[in-house]
Amino acid sequence: MAKTMLDKIWEAHEVAQGLLYIDLHVVHEVTSPQAFESLRLAGRRVRRPDRTLATADHNVPTDGTPRAAQIKDELSRVQVQTLERNCAEFGVPVYSVGSDRQGICHVIGPELGVTQPGMTIVCGDSHTSTHGAFGALASGIGTSEVEHVLATQCLAQTKPHSMRIRYDGAAGFGVSAKDLILATIGQMGVAGAVGHAVEYSGPAIEALSMEGRMTLCNMTIEGGGRAGMVTPDDTTFEWFESVQRPGAPSGTELEEAIARWRGLASDDGAVFDRELVVDAGTVSPQVTWGTNPGMVVGVNGSVPAPESFENPVDREAAERALHYMGLEPGTPIQGLKVDRVFIGSCTNSRIGDLRAAAAVVKGRRVAGNVSAMVVPGSHQVSAQAESEGLDEVFRAAGFDWRTAGCSMCLGMNPDILAPGERCASTSNRNFEGRQGRGGRTHLVSPEMAAAAAIAGEFVDIRDWS
Amino acid sequence: MEPIRKIAGGVSDLDRADVDTDQIIPKQFLKRIERSGFGEFLFFDWAKEPGWSLPANPILTAGRNFGCGSSREHAPWALEDYGFRAIVAPSFGDIFYMNSTKIGLLPVVLAEADVRALAAAGVGEIDLEAQEVRFDGRTVAFEIDPELRHRLLGGLDDIALALQQEAAIAAY
Repeated sequence: MAKTMLDKIWEAHEVAQGLLYIDLHVVHEVTSPQAFESLRLAGRRVRRPDRTLATADHNVPTDGTPRAAQIKDELSRVQVQTLERNCAEFGVPVYSVGSDRQGICHVIGPELGVTQPGMTIVCGDSHTSTHGAFGALASGIGTSEVEHVLATQCLAQTKPHSMRIRYDGAAGFGVSAKDLILATIGQMGVAGAVGHAVEYSGPAIEALSMEGRMTLCNMTIEGGGRAGMVTPDDTTFEWFESVQRPGAPSGTELEEAIARWRGLASDDGAVFDRELVVDAGTVSPQVTWGTNPGMVVGVNGSVPAPESFENPVDREAAERALHYMGLEPGTPIQGLKVDRVFIGSCTNSRIGDLRAAAAVVKGRRVAGNVSAMVVPGSHQVSAQAESEGLDEVFRAAGFDWRTAGCSMCLGMNPDILAPGERCASTSNRNFEGRQGRGGRTHLVSPEMAAAAAIAGEFVDIRDWS
Repeated sequence: MEPIRKIAGGVSDLDRADVDTDQIIPKQFLKRIERSGFGEFLFFDWAKEPGWSLPANPILTAGRNFGCGSSREHAPWALEDYGFRAIVAPSFGDIFYMNSTKIGLLPVVLAEADVRALAAAGVGEIDLEAQEVRFDGRTVAFEIDPELRHRLLGGLDDIALALQQEAAIAAY
């Protein structure tokens, strides 16, 4: 019988009925301390420290603080130091504050080459779906499951249903992976893929860079999906061939791995439990107007009226969202003024994202009413950007150039919005209070965020020359 | 984890759709390295809204896609610490659903109309063994994965269960 990529990866990792072996477990400071503590109390060890990798990202200041001991916020400092201590005690490799490999967990996995096609990958963070860009089965888990994987290297799971989202046509000029996924979530809703592992396919997906595919898979969870995946192809293999990544095979080992990885693609005729078609050719740059990522509209559109929603639940949610966002129905998106711009997060903080934003910014100045920041996804991304002079481009334009971390995506560190501030953000969630209590988040692509910083308001990147 | 058989008593209602875990427990409370004491911060921002009322009852009814968003297990910890034993909603975020079952907070999926009726009844009983919710003289059946039900009924330790497969894990 024809198999999906999900079937193939699942079958290759099922140790016993409903028990899945985990190839890579990424750990960070916020969702792991209670797991290590329980492990300690039960007298258990970490079963495969060599399959486990830790980093400090959620909490860390982005002001260049060189060591955990120097983090000013006491609770953050304790949490990062606890991670360091736990990793030392249990033998887990850790890239903490000050390491030249430190960065957002979903940026450093691929960067190190430990994220590979065909793997099962988990992390105590919902955006673990990012790693599926390589043709891996990658899911976010909670702290109890983190403990479970640390102790057993396995996870009790029910197999997700399969869903294929096929993109017809090519994405137009100025339309990025971020716009494709936002438009998709707008189409299917924030619970559209609940219970499903999503395989993204079609020419518009094949045309994406690895970074674009990571952006796409990253936001699968915002549509409710348990995992997002893209079939490994030459673009994927080039990620490993073009740079020697410390955690990846090389030489003949890499050639053999690639031969194996070619077999991961869903078979012709494989049947998916659900299919969705998105017309990539009609997608325009997207801007969210509400308080979840499905509340989104093209940049040429306007804020919808709650009455335009048929379902009373949606109508009520829209009313609440507009009240929170301080928006009136019918307000055009273009021309909506912003106070802050955030370029960063596991969705859009990789070198390609920064290059795209820098190209928009180069030779221009951030508008007087705007405070803008760039937070690279990892120390390595930061170093690469600096070697290309991108930091200077941003600084010259008036952007604040920060050091790596999750930063204002979730505002656990000092980078937060003040109440009422409106932000163009390349992150993944526009939930109430996500970027700071009372803060108003509009999710956009890096190019759109950069243009908003310069113009002081949302503009259509396609008109930007 | 304590075994679950029946959860009975008052019902608190939060009739909002797509309640994300950032609302259930905002990020400023994720810096603690303990598992307990999150209840007082439950719905921290919303609880400041005029007219907000969410008494600590055994049962919480909610709108569709409850617990979407972040994987923070702090969300079920906060709900459980506050006093809830079961959440009844038309659908849940997948990660939240799993996280809840790990700590013995029972997520129950019922049709929207049944959730509303249970909320209106104000009192109900959830029988995990029979897979039934009873209120207002009615009985409504619900679905749950048999393996999950078995674990919850027995209050079983997942890790100990997995380690019973030691030979298979080691062989892999």
